[in-house]
Amino acid sequence: MKVRIKYQKAGSFKLIGHLDTMRYYQKAVRRAGLDIAYSQGFSPHQLMTFAAPLALGVTSEGEYFDAEFHSLPCREEFLRRINAQMVEGMEVKDIVLLGEHAKNSMSIVAASDYLITLKDRGIPGLEDRREKLLAAAGTLLEKDTIEVMKKTKHKEGVENIRDGIYKLYRQEQMIYMLLATGSAYNLKPELVVEALCGEAGCAYDVHDYQVHRLETYMRNEEGSLVSLLESGTRLP
Amino acid sequence: MAALALSDEILMAVEKPARYIGNEVNMVIKDPDSVSVRFCMCFPDVYEIGMSHLGIQILYDLINKREDAYCERVYSPWPDLDRIMREQGIPLFSLETQTPVREFDFLGITLQYEMCYTNVLQVLELSGIPIWSGERSLEDPIVIGGGPCSYNPEPIAAFFDVFYIGEGETRYAELFEVYQKAKKEGLSREELLFHISQIPGMYVPSLYVASYLPDGRLASFTPVREGVPERIRKEIVIDFDKVPYPEKPLVPHIHVTQDRVTLEIMRGCIRGCRFCQAGMIYRPTRQKNVNMMKEYARKMLSGTGHEEITLSSLSSSDYGCLKELITFMMDELGKEHINISLPSLRIDAFSLDVMSRVQDVRKSSLTFAPEAGTQRMRDVINKGLTEEIILNGAMQAFRGGWNKVKFYFMLGLPTETLEDAEGIPKLCETVASAYYTIPKEERAGKVAITASASFFVPKPFTPFQWAPMLEPEIYRERARHVKDTFRKQLHGKSMKFNYHETDVSALEGVFARGDRRLSAVIYDAYKSGCMFDAWTEYFDNGKWLAAFEKNGLSMSFYTTRERSTDELLPWDFIDIGVTKRFLAAEWERAKQAVVTPNCREACSGCGAAIFGGGVCFERRPSEKNGGDGK
Repeated sequence: MKVRIKYQKAGSFKLIGHLDTMRYYQKAVRRAGLDIAYSQGFSPHQLMTFAAPLALGVTSEGEYFDAEFHSLPCREEFLRRINAQMVEGMEVKDIVLLGEHAKNSMSIVAASDYLITLKDRGIPGLEDRREKLLAAAGTLLEKDTIEVMKKTKHKEGVENIRDGIYKLYRQEQMIYMLLATGSAYNLKPELVVEALCGEAGCAYDVHDYQVHRLETYMRNEEGSLVSLLESGTRLP
Repeated sequence: MAALALSDEILMAVEKPARYIGNEVNMVIKDPDSVSVRFCMCFPDVYEIGMSHLGIQILYDLINKREDAYCERVYSPWPDLDRIMREQGIPLFSLETQTPVREFDFLGITLQYEMCYTNVLQVLELSGIPIWSGERSLEDPIVIGGGPCSYNPEPIAAFFDVFYIGEGETRYAELFEVYQKAKKEGLSREELLFHISQIPGMYVPSLYVASYLPDGRLASFTPVREGVPERIRKEIVIDFDKVPYPEKPLVPHIHVTQDRVTLEIMRGCIRGCRFCQAGMIYRPTRQKNVNMMKEYARKMLSGTGHEEITLSSLSSSDYGCLKELITFMMDELGKEHINISLPSLRIDAFSLDVMSRVQDVRKSSLTFAPEAGTQRMRDVINKGLTEEIILNGAMQAFRGGWNKVKFYFMLGLPTETLEDAEGIPKLCETVASAYYTIPKEERAGKVAITASASFFVPKPFTPFQWAPMLEPEIYRERARHVKDTFRKQLHGKSMKFNYHETDVSALEGVFARGDRRLSAVIYDAYKSGCMFDAWTEYFDNGKWLAAFEKNGLSMSFYTTRERSTDELLPWDFIDIGVTKRFLAAEWERAKQAVVTPNCREACSGCGAAIFGGGVCFERRPSEKNGGDGK
């Protein structure tokens, strides 16, 4: 039985990387005594695939992994048992049953949205900077090209990130953004924040911002963005 | 959840921030205000090493089972964070509640190897606790040391208020009671320490004074106050059915050195190898009940979610119910996709069968620890392994499809000659050529032998505690000669030989058998920047040499000097049960290359029977009654 599981990663868990998060869930599933399926071969491993890796330092309430079980308790019982094994910061939010031939979450991720908060690190001029950035969030998308310096292992160059930003606006004292995510095109929220800083005319420092992922999306048959939970059906 | 002691900015700037945030699975959460004793347990090395240590898991569980105490943890901040903490004046903090270490009632430091001594000073200094115990006030925690190095605590005596000599399971309750009472009565720190010295196993170094002969040897070592015990007997657990073992050990979020369930099946070793300190200080050998082990295996696996389990003991092959336990693990736990990671076992039909079932034969290698290359040398060190046993084991394994063999040796052992050293490549060659007696179609390609040698370091409470250590230069020459001899062997191309560095071993040799005067050397080395000495990339021998020079002490006084058996040794005030007389007799037998039988073959009257349990009182097949332990 294939399932998709939605979880939250908050608090100090933002400092636990992707691989360690995977190991954390493998052990949690064992502690919960859930009947997970294993691969064949000399060193069998749990059948578990994670959707979209989260960068270190980012919190999220919309993370996903797919897993395969031999048998499953009902939804309430599953959530109760797995959440009894969580430590502060991690929580399983939901589980849906996937069809036999459902594509795995990693391959279908298309977008995710984020909330960006400007942290108060005691540096003067916080209010002023916040206002400038919030204003920039309202105007940046009017541009045809948004260029940022992008460094990868192999090259360094200017990149136009305009096409990767689907939505960008002010939400109270925070900035909301919906960005392309996944194997086809992956835009990191940090790059958008950097572009906003450029637009607002303030210096960019990665430590000034807390990035929080709200949800991870896929495209449905009509092409619109929906939650990854939509590919499944509710577990009884 | 407790606010983190470090800002996001710092945590994101340092390597592996998970080292400093706690919140691991099975971490104990208590309200610090609800307890009367706050204990901070420290392993003075990096998190990944410290979290792999079984002893801390045991004590963490034991102390936290008490309602009136809360045990938290701290590890050495890695140099990247160390620098930031010093620059910004951030005090060292516990993982659980992120509380400054200085606010605790106790700081317990486990001493597993000598090369962590400067890290002890780092922990104290970063915590804002005076490094010298004499400068501490009631505002500072009681700094208590434990672990194998506390069997000669003298080189670091000046930094500790108390040493707990022996196994940690027995005396914490009394220690806490004395502390709570003293706190209530408003006793001075000095009086509190005196009261602690009245508890069995507790050594309060400030209550003793040492004097020295003009040539540097210890002249006397005596209590400074009436009522302070002259000798401290080590503490041990006799009945393991009555002490707890953690059913839910901590599970770190990041990968650590030992990422699995560790089941301790036995404490102590019956073998009596003459170089081995653990083999003496943990006497008598005590086995744990096999049914209890099975139960713990299940509970610990379901309590941690680990996918691997291993056994811990000094010599698992000597565990009476090993077959039963391993069969259970393979049959019962194997079904649940649990990997069995085997401890090093004596190579025989059973262990080979087990190995072939739990690991890929083609990838795995066999391990032998003959420790020495010639039979004479092995007799000197009382290592029962003979060439015949090694060859038989290796041949059985070769026929079973193995082709990789690892050998562990020591160089610089007492009475070692060039011939003994050359015996190392010769023994390896014998095993390599034996491989090729197997018909080609039945062997698994070429044989591959890896031999490694470490520099022998004499340790307190062993028959070799009087032995001279080799001059580093001579060791180096000898190791190079062995390497050359390897190349000249017929199958030299199939054999690899590695040897350990000398400078660290020499320093380890100093601290292993050192006295109180070395505290000043350690302090100066630390102040000149020494830290993480167990890490090759941080070890700086030059700074150490300068610290010795500054204090007018020579390393060779501690290492290469042969001690006479009537010399007063700095650790003589500790009573491990095994007598000095027995060790001296063993030292004599060693020089004559006479083997002493193991505890199950015959009791040699080492003295450990005084504890009234363990192997000393096991029934031997030849006897009607238990051993009398004489």
